[in-house]
Amino acid sequence: MSETFSNLNMVVDFLSTGLRLSVPLVFAALAGMLCERSGIFNIALEGMILGGAFGAAVATFFSGTPVGGIFGGMLCGIIAGAILAYLCISLCVNQIVVGITINLLAVGFTAFLSRIIFEGQGSTLDLPGFKAMAIPLLYSIPIVGVVLFRQDVLTYLMYILVGILFIVIFKTKWGLSVRAVGENPAAADTAGISVTGVRYLSVLTGGALASLGGCYLVLTQVNLFSEHMSAGKGFIALAAIALGRWNPIGVFLACLLFGMFDALQLRLQFSNPNVPYQFFAMLPYVAAILALVGIIGKVTPPGATGIPYKRGMSREQAIF
Amino acid sequence: MLNLIRFVYMFKSVWAVLAALLIGSVFISIGGSNPLAAYGALFHGAFFEYFGLASTLVKMCPLILTALAFTVPLRCGQFNIGAEGQMYIGALFATTVALYLPKFPSVIHIVLCTVAGAMGGALWVLLPAILKAYYQLNELIITLLMNYVAIDLVSYFVSGPMLEPGAPYPYSREIPESLFLPYILPNTDAHMGVLIAVVLAILLYVVFKRTSLGFSFITVGRNPDAARFAGMPVQGLMVNSFLISGALAGLGGAFEVLGLKYRLFHLFSPGYGFDGIVVAFLGGANFLFIILAAMFLAGLKSGANIMQRAVGVETTAVEAIQGLVIIFVAASLAFRFDRSHWAHILSVRKMIQKKRTEDKQEKDS
Amino acid sequence: MSIASNGLLENRMKYKLVLDHITKTFGALKANDEVSLHARKGSVHAILGENGAGKSTLMNVLYGLYRPDKGCIVLNGREVRIENPGIALDLGIGMVHQNFMLVGRFTAIENTILGTKIKGIHLSLREPRKRLLELSDSFGFEIDLDQPVWKLPVGMQQRVEILKLLYHNVDILILDEPTSVLTPNETQQFFDVILKLKATGKTILLITHKLGEVMTVSDYVTVMRDGRVITEMATSEATTQALARLMIGRDVLFDVTPEQATHGENVLEVKGLCAVNDRGLPALDNVSFEVKAGEILGIAGVDGNGQTELAETIVGLRSLSAGKILVDQVDYTHVSVSERRHRARIGYVPEDRQRRGLALDHTVAQNMMLSSYNKPPFARRGMLHLKEIRHQAEILVRRYDVRLHDVGQPVRELSGGNQQKLIIARELRENLKILIAAQPTKGLDVGAIEFVQNTIVEQRAKGTAVVYISTELEHLLAVCDYISVIFRGHLTPKMSLGETTSEKIGLLMSGGG
Repeated sequence: MSETFSNLNMVVDFLSTGLRLSVPLVFAALAGMLCERSGIFNIALEGMILGGAFGAAVATFFSGTPVGGIFGGMLCGIIAGAILAYLCISLCVNQIVVGITINLLAVGFTAFLSRIIFEGQGSTLDLPGFKAMAIPLLYSIPIVGVVLFRQDVLTYLMYILVGILFIVIFKTKWGLSVRAVGENPAAADTAGISVTGVRYLSVLTGGALASLGGCYLVLTQVNLFSEHMSAGKGFIALAAIALGRWNPIGVFLACLLFGMFDALQLRLQFSNPNVPYQFFAMLPYVAAILALVGIIGKVTPPGATGIPYKRGMSREQAIF
Repeated sequence: MLNLIRFVYMFKSVWAVLAALLIGSVFISIGGSNPLAAYGALFHGAFFEYFGLASTLVKMCPLILTALAFTVPLRCGQFNIGAEGQMYIGALFATTVALYLPKFPSVIHIVLCTVAGAMGGALWVLLPAILKAYYQLNELIITLLMNYVAIDLVSYFVSGPMLEPGAPYPYSREIPESLFLPYILPNTDAHMGVLIAVVLAILLYVVFKRTSLGFSFITVGRNPDAARFAGMPVQGLMVNSFLISGALAGLGGAFEVLGLKYRLFHLFSPGYGFDGIVVAFLGGANFLFIILAAMFLAGLKSGANIMQRAVGVETTAVEAIQGLVIIFVAASLAFRFDRSHWAHILSVRKMIQKKRTEDKQEKDS
Repeated sequence: MSIASNGLLENRMKYKLVLDHITKTFGALKANDEVSLHARKGSVHAILGENGAGKSTLMNVLYGLYRPDKGCIVLNGREVRIENPGIALDLGIGMVHQNFMLVGRFTAIENTILGTKIKGIHLSLREPRKRLLELSDSFGFEIDLDQPVWKLPVGMQQRVEILKLLYHNVDILILDEPTSVLTPNETQQFFDVILKLKATGKTILLITHKLGEVMTVSDYVTVMRDGRVITEMATSEATTQALARLMIGRDVLFDVTPEQATHGENVLEVKGLCAVNDRGLPALDNVSFEVKAGEILGIAGVDGNGQTELAETIVGLRSLSAGKILVDQVDYTHVSVSERRHRARIGYVPEDRQRRGLALDHTVAQNMMLSSYNKPPFARRGMLHLKEIRHQAEILVRRYDVRLHDVGQPVRELSGGNQQKLIIARELRENLKILIAAQPTKGLDVGAIEFVQNTIVEQRAKGTAVVYISTELEHLLAVCDYISVIFRGHLTPKMSLGETTSEKIGLLMSGGG
């Protein structure tokens, strides 16, 4: 272990890697948190990340610029969000069922379309992406500055979004409505709030947010699209939402923790070639499971999460 | 008339599939082929050619088992999305018993491997099952995350302790030939596993339809409070539904090794655990319909290659169609037969008709 | 005497609010049939009717939750269209629902400003707090504005609901069965609030099925039955008896004669029972009582004083922290639900039918065998006997006159009264030793209540020990041999009907006496 962090540069390097690995998690977890706050349990995050990655790759491929990629990615995320919203909110289909559906749909569609569009050269593609840009002044703070402020545009966007979401949820009227709809939709409805409207908006926004995680994977991390590239990040994000207690800042910190775990396992793999790498590779997943086990009985999700709302409906119907 | 409408509702999965195939044909057209020719080649290849049919049967086996694995807890109100991981652990256990146990008579050894596979799968779902039943911890996320752990674990074993010396790719030694599952179609890969899967599906159908145990599972699924009220051991039933599920998925993994691959491969499953969910939805969580749904999906998969050869459509088109199928099936869940609603519509229509004929008679007279 | 609605403009102008020939159907059911109502400014207008008479539907139409098929709403002489609750609030119409519409984790302030149209997007609590404090003071409400409302007692939550409406500047308040959750004492305070509201010029629509309430606080009353208006009159011209007859459509209320049955030995003995509620707070404190064979013990009390916990502890659905439960001198304290059911032969009619008593997606037949699902004649050696299940269900359905299409129909499709009949049919098996009936008359119409009361009395005649828990004192008085009162987890010793009066019981229910 002592060699693992032998000097300051390595620490900085490690922290930056951890941050970079947590960025997609943060986008997805913020999205999931917003949806759950409004009463929709969104396990489609995985599919939204994948869709976002695919959209970003395609749009960048054709437009030649990563900015175009972001729009492409968000479009895909919003489409996924729209499917989730329509089926869960308007048709009242079980939210877990729809979430699973969207994940499978994303896998199938991205695989098929990427083969057609990239004609099998998907994994050799080198798409233009975002480069790190140091922010003057802030960048010169020792360690922290280098870690936090020598990143790319999307990471800076992430910082801003964490702040914005915190303010929106806890300091605005709209946030109050979202929380009310997620806790007790009937009460919100009688107070004159459109439950359907709030939920649609939250889920569509969530779709766009989660897809940014996919955009980051493609445009900053690997510059190509590969099938199944989301690799369970959406599910780790779900764990982070609970660990962060549905609070944007808490969720951000939880994702950071999981990202650091990922960085740690990469480093351990590198410095311990004698230990089979698989044991390190499974660390982030194990960490997420342990985190969930650790918070048993200590957190409660928003009261109405997972339950469809329809006026006059007394109890939810069984799925089959 | 009401029964006719109920009938239409009953087959909503079929309508969903037709809609998916219809939209899928648009995709095939985009890919530059004639959709009718493509579907023709696909289904002919999958069901009406000897080797194609065999390949369909081979794929049916894990699909039925993982679909059953998803459905048993679903009927009990639980979600096990970890069939993929449970398959891997099942395969690992079965291979271990096949390779490292002293020699037994062939049949007994096969049974031992099978049981080991089932136990492995059940073991892998034990933790989320207990956490859910006794601590109300979301089983979805845990079962999902454990998939990745299972795949890494198998990867470690086949590229480490079980690795065949000199293998170009991580896989284990071959299991002894005496442990190969018997064939059901000569000169093909089609093995016994699919028959066992079908028998298990029928068995589960009977259990859920005709036994107290099945009834208590369903009651827990529909209203756990009412089940507790009726004196059912709710938590125990929840755990058991998971264990049965894990065992079924583990069996699927074991059969892949014993019947098809004869070795444990790194990443041997192309996502059967998740395809099983599609099959389960398509079959409307009905154990008998699952057999048909698995046959359809297996046909889609085995016919994909034939379709590619015949008309040059990407095999992944099938994955896209599969995605469409599941989205339409999910949407179809929103449409339920509501007797009073339809009875009302019919009575109103009858009244209008009656009035019209009366008006007409008035006019005539 | 009754006000004929001729739709003339002058006539409309006289009233604050006119509902004109409202019709609303659900499927084949006509919930409101040409219903008209005329409410004056600064008056309390009661809408009296039984459960299922269409009162709530009418109010939900007025509040924008349902859209009427026919008819119109005239407010201050102008016809208005109310498409959703937001519009209703803008028009100055507010509603306090029977189940409060509060977000439990929010404070009173947050609950109040929910949905208000303040300028800007920033959530500022300072202004609302000031106004709420003023409003709260002027009505003498002593509410802690910064507590999450789930921590407040029910009476306080109701005040939060009213405060919410006042904050929204409504001038028509719809109150749906507001006293059903209050103690007699709280009810009196609540009436004072209503009078104060009236004095400030608000119009109050009071939905109720309690005649006493109508006579005490209302100025006008509209009586509804089967979705139609029977009459509309000034309360001063009405008598309790006349209103009762109009509401029910025939004379007498209950005709159950509590003939003195012969009591046997002590069957159920509860000693020093303590238990906690779902939030982990103490709900039962040293509760003891015994019931003899052929005896009905009534347990009176306002909702939420430990009744649910008491019933659940006796049948084994809730674990107890101290105490003993004996059936025929045998200790059943730590025995499973299923054993209590089958060995001690306890039947249980739960309070929350849809949550506990039935699996709504199960068929009628499946629900009828729910509590004996693994016992003969329904099952042998683990195999279900489908024909027998169907057959038994058909017998019970016929005996208890449950209205349905087929026993293979999901219970979800049945009406509330029929669902209750199903549970009673299932729970009152042969040779029942003990019956625990928790609020069995809740939400039923008079016919169904009579049926339930009669079955309970029949059961006594068969020698069953009955524990009858209810918030409706009249219902208890009609059938019980003894009554105990539960208040904040304490149970009074049992009193025979001869030695007590309903006034005394009412006092005990609010913690006095």
